[in-house]
Amino acid sequence: MSEQNKPEILKMELEALSQNEEFARVAVAVFMARLDPTLEEVEDVKTAVSEAVTNAVIHGYQGKGGIIYIEVTVEGQELTVSIRDTGIGITDIKQAMEPMFTTDPDGVRSGMGFSFMEAFMDQVEVKSEPDKGTAVIMKKKISR
Amino acid sequence: MNQPHFTYEAEGHTLIVHLPEELDHHNCSGLKYETDLILSENYIRRIIFDFSRTRFMDSSGIGILLNRYKQMALSGGSVAIYGAGSQALRILKMGGILKLMKLYDSKEAAVTG
Repeated sequence: MSEQNKPEILKMELEALSQNEEFARVAVAVFMARLDPTLEEVEDVKTAVSEAVTNAVIHGYQGKGGIIYIEVTVEGQELTVSIRDTGIGITDIKQAMEPMFTTDPDGVRSGMGFSFMEAFMDQVEVKSEPDKGTAVIMKKKISR
Repeated sequence: MNQPHFTYEAEGHTLIVHLPEELDHHNCSGLKYETDLILSENYIRRIIFDFSRTRFMDSSGIGILLNRYKQMALSGGSVAIYGAGSQALRILKMGGILKLMKLYDSKEAAVTG
């Protein structure tokens, strides 16, 4: 454990493959262990990370692959997770974040990804530009 | 790391689907196709999802469960769940699944209904 004020940072670049979804959420979970989180807090973050990474794989890169940039920062008791892709971007962020909204034609996607991120994190910010990519920045205060 | 595949078990007109440890987008990919195949070749009235191995699930799991629920509802069948741990249970609740599928403590109870 380091001193309170100095942020600790984890940076990862992952290929946008579905098999990396598990790696991403587990890596973030291991990194956040230094905050001494409860099991439920770890599960919350794992779920939110899984949702954002899955969105990058399926929507950002349309299943065609690319690089997902993950940055995790721990500052005091606050965890910040940024998940960014350089894929197709979102034209209507508000609509994309509506519960149950999905562009999936096969009827297997629930459209609950952003709702879960918002439910499990304290703060979720989405920045996106068509053809440039999407960044999801999520924050959560870890109790101790 | 884990066993990603689904295993299937039939008991009369009931299909039991044993879910993997990690029920995410990656591991869900085969479920729709595989169960469609089983449903087309067998007379199934009830699907039971076994969560006893599952330690993690996200909204991809909700999506596939809703899809299977709709499929069974169309043919007048039912869907049930057993063995869900705390993480899966929270997701199932938030995703509205527990309003659609009955939750049981054990396989026996789920089969009996």
